[in-house]
This record gives sequence, C-alpha cells and structure tokens, in this order.
Amino acid sequence: MSWLDASSAHAATEAMDEGDDGGPDQGARPGPGAGRRGRMKPPKSGAARNGSRRRTAGKYWTPRAKREAWVFLALALPNIVLIAFFTYRPLFANMYYSTLDWTLGSSVATAVGWGNYVEFFTSSDASTVLGITAIFTIATVGGAMFLGLLVAIALNAKVKGQGFARSAVFAPYVLSGVGVGLVWLFIFDPVYGVLSWILRGFGASSPQWINDPKLALVMVIIVYVWKNLGYCAVIYLAGLQSMPKDLMEAASLDGAGSFRRFMSITLPLLSPTTFFILITSLLSSLQAFDIIRIMTRTGNGTNTLIFESYLQAFSTYNRAGYSAAISVVLFVLLLLLTGAQLRFVERKVHYS
Amino acid sequence: MSTSTAAMIPAQRQRPLSWKNITQTILGGYVPLVAATLVVFLPLAWMIISSLKSPGEIVTTQLTILPQHPTMQNYVDAATSVPFARFFLNSVIVTTIASIIKCFLAIVTAYALVFVRFPFRRAIFLLILVALMVPPQVSVLPNYVLIAGMGGLNTYWGIILPGLGTAFGTFLLRQHFMTLPVSILESAEIDGANHWRRLWRIVFPISVPTIATVALVTIVTEWNDYIWPLIIVDNPNMMTLPVGLTLLSNSDSGSQAWGILMAGAVIVIVPILIIFAALQRYIVAGLTQGSVTG
Repeated sequence: MSWLDASSAHAATEAMDEGDDGGPDQGARPGPGAGRRGRMKPPKSGAARNGSRRRTAGKYWTPRAKREAWVFLALALPNIVLIAFFTYRPLFANMYYSTLDWTLGSSVATAVGWGNYVEFFTSSDASTVLGITAIFTIATVGGAMFLGLLVAIALNAKVKGQGFARSAVFAPYVLSGVGVGLVWLFIFDPVYGVLSWILRGFGASSPQWINDPKLALVMVIIVYVWKNLGYCAVIYLAGLQSMPKDLMEAASLDGAGSFRRFMSITLPLLSPTTFFILITSLLSSLQAFDIIRIMTRTGNGTNTLIFESYLQAFSTYNRAGYSAAISVVLFVLLLLLTGAQLRFVERKVHYS
Repeated sequence: MSTSTAAMIPAQRQRPLSWKNITQTILGGYVPLVAATLVVFLPLAWMIISSLKSPGEIVTTQLTILPQHPTMQNYVDAATSVPFARFFLNSVIVTTIASIIKCFLAIVTAYALVFVRFPFRRAIFLLILVALMVPPQVSVLPNYVLIAGMGGLNTYWGIILPGLGTAFGTFLLRQHFMTLPVSILESAEIDGANHWRRLWRIVFPISVPTIATVALVTIVTEWNDYIWPLIIVDNPNMMTLPVGLTLLSNSDSGSQAWGILMAGAVIVIVPILIIFAALQRYIVAGLTQGSVTG
C-alpha cells in the first residue's frame, strides 16, 4: 500500500509549511519549486530546515498563523466532526453496548460485564459463526485471487479488445450486491433456474442450493467470487504490466520456458501486489453483507460474523448487547489484519 | 553453442500470419478473453432477457432462451405491487444529495490538510486514514440507536447523515493535492487571492480528473448502499432501490415473481452499468487506488 508509506508525503508537507510562513526565516525559505524537489528526497535530508523550524517555533501563534488556523477549522472541521461522530464514536459505543443485556428499543438494560462474550464463545454459536466466517473468507479471497490472476494473465496478452475485456471483467465489482444476488438466485433456482435446466440436459437433477445449508454457503461464495474477481484481475494486470522487460528477456535467453519464467520471476515480483490484494480482499470479505442477506434472508449456513451481528440486533431477537459483542469481535479481527498489514508491508515484500 | 543459438532464432521467428501464429493468438489470447467476458455478461444478459418474458415463459421447465413475445409487463407489475417509482426517486435523491455534500467536504478538507497551516494536521490526517479502515458495518447499531433517538427513522436526513463524513475522498484528494506545484499557489497568494479563491479558482480546475474519480466512486457507493438504509427505513415510501428490492423479494411468493424481481434488478443495476461504461477509466482508477506503484 503505497499510501501508507507516508514518508515522502511527509517531506512534502514540511516543505510546504516552510514555504508558507514567510516571516523570520526568509533566508532559509526555499525558492519556488523547492517544495517539489523536497518531495523526492528522504525526510532526513532537511537538516537545515529543521534548524530554521526550531527558530520559528516560539512565534507559532502569530496573527497570521491564527488566521490560518481559523481557515483550517472552517474548512476541515465539519468533515472531522462527522467522522468522529459516526465512525469513531460507534466503536466505543459498541464496546459499551456489548457489556449490556439489552433488547433493542427497550428502555431497560442490565449490565452483564463479559456475559455476552462468554455466552458467544461458550455456546455453539462461536464455532458455527467463526467457522462459516473462516470458510467464506478463505474461499472468496482465495477464489477471487486465483481466478483474478488467471484472468489478468489472459488480459495481459496483446490482442485487440483487451481494454474492453478489462472493463467488462471489472464491471460486476461496481454493481449493487442486492441486484446481483437476485439475478444469481434466479439462476440457481432448483426448479426454474437456468442452471437446473442445464443440469437436466445432462440428465442430472439440480442440487437444493437454497435449502441445503452447505450448498447455500457454496452458492454465496460463487456469487461473491464472481463479483470481486475483476478487482483482483485489474490490480494483478497493473502488476504484470510493470514487470521489468529486461529480466524476462535475460531469463528467456538463458533458456527458461514461459512456465518457469512465471514461477521464478513473475510470481515473486508480484508479491507486493499479491499482498495488497490479499489484505484488501480479506477486509472486504469479512464485511460482505448485501449478497449474503439477499440470497439467504434469515441465514441458512451463511451466518458470518457481520451477518450474525445484523440478525441478532435487527431480525428476530433484537438482542442489541449480544449483537454489539459480535461486532466487537469482528472489529478486533479487522484490527489484527490491518496491524499485520502495517507490520509486514514494508519488511516482507519489497524487491526493489 | 553458436550453432544451437543460430538454430533457435529462425525457429522462434515466424511469419506474422503463419497458421501456428494465428492459432496461438486465438488460443492464448482470444479464447480466455472471450470466456472471461462471457462469464460476466451472460448472467446480466439473462437478467435482462428474463425481465422481458411473460410469467408463463419463466415458470416453466421447458426453457426458451429468448422471450417469444417480449413484454414490459414485469416492469408494470413491479410498479403496482410496490411503489417502485418511489424507490427510484428516493435512490436518486439520496445519491445526489449525499454525493454532492461528500465531494464538497472531501475537497475542502483535503485542501485544508495540504495548503492551510495548522499545528495538528498530521495527526488529523492520521485519524482520517484510520477511519478509512473502520468498516461502516461495525458502526451500524450505535448509529441506529442515535439516529432513531433523534427521530431519523424513515427520513432522508436519517439515511444520509451518518455516511457524510468522508475519509476515502479526503484521502484520495489529499494525495493528489500534494503533487500540485506549490509555485502556482504562491504566486496567487502574492496576487492577493485568499484561500477560498485559491481553492476554487486554481486547485479545483486543475484537479478535475481526480475530483471526477472521487465523485463517481461516491455515486456508485451511495447508489448501492444497503445495510444502513435497510435498517433505518421500514416505510416503503422512503425505501431506496436495494431496500425496495428486498421488500419485493420478501413479499412476493418466490418463484412466481422471478420476472418482476429481474425487472427490479435491471432498474438497480443498469444505471450504474451505463455510468460505468461511459466513465470506467475514472471509476477503476478510484477503486483500485493504492495498488499501483507498489
């Protein structure tokens, strides 16, 4: 994730700060265009800049700086307040709700401490829900990445219509999950669906996609992979197109066949791309909701963490506290994944 | 050694129109491309075809691919069994208002983060970055409790308000603004242009492609948004299209209604498909942000 590597961006911010404040450090002020050059350098190259910064620190709140601060608040505060209120506050609210035995809509709630967590992890719910979440996540991420890579390789062939195919494959990713789910539900329909018609043509009868819990999960996974494959393919394609040509030529001069070249050069060089796709796909699979909800209304072997949390609060039981506890479990899981990403992204996967 | 190399070269170079070359291009290039494209298009084509069929052609095991007498009856039925026109209107209203406000907030916040001096702006930017990773699904219950308590059930503002804070757009635009040449803004400042003028007269016009990206991605996400409208609205007259489709799929007795449901799916999918076809370059760029330059 290039945007987490903020050091170059940081250098630019500092360069602009310097250019902005005029005043006492006129002498050290970089000329026009210096900010642009500063961006290319690593942050520590600005020893002289740090010096001038210390000198101005005492006079930070000049009238001009105050005016700037007001402008900043006027422009940025509404968005910041909205994010704080509707993104950050709910995180803490969830943690509080998760300690309550509370029916949604009721005015009474009893504090139960860790009760909801204990109930979740000791009941059969935990193994069922976590198991389903694991199967769904691994299957959708693995499936979309593998097929996405294959499609990317196909797209990488230099033939006419490549650009069109690239857009076509990406299209499902932007479509409404509800609409897509309904279309596939009709295709999978055991009696009137086109899939059962095809199977009948081969003399087979259609599996009970919707009623059988195991098959319902398979069905949802197939549709989710169909919808997200294009995302993986387009990013893999960008990775493939930035492969160094000279390395490939050298390898083929040494007599490496195309499969060998792919396994020993392309795949290792793609590992930053693979890692990026892996993390973003894991995060979005863990949050998958619309396809699962529309295809299996009340959950039938498809109760992932996010769906179970929704069902507990908003479907039949209105158990807000229990639902919040599941949300917290999901959030901790997402947090661990994001942490892993931040830790490994720099260390593991860079070749250049 | 030299003889074997010499023998390899003519073997590798073939006339461009040799049979071997043509079959290779077709098998290696076109077959996978066409297959991938068909996997995407066939289900969508099936949706459109089915929406034009009469119930008798859908509720049958003797399948015919094309409708014998194409009819818009499913669309009419969809509109009479649920307020479908109203769903569409609601979706348009919510998407338009939310997208305009979100884009505006993203532009001004990103401008402030890059061009206006403020002591904690690095920390603020980090908070926005972290918000990018907090899934909206996790915040649904607390936001429901809050908005319902404020009387926002079944209202436009109740649907729109919690999603207005925008981390994605702010982030994308901030990264773009960082690449703008400072010198243009400095000369405008010397000419006496204040921040507001610099933002709308200089930064905005030269950032139109990135702003278009943010706008399109926002429109697509708002149009498809599901979990929040699903829980904050239960009055059919206030439902957006995805929520209305859920109502339709719940209300009608399963298999009889496939034609109507496909008509509904067409109405929620096709507008985005058209936008995507026209402006896919911006949308793909926005949604795959962060992946390039690894």
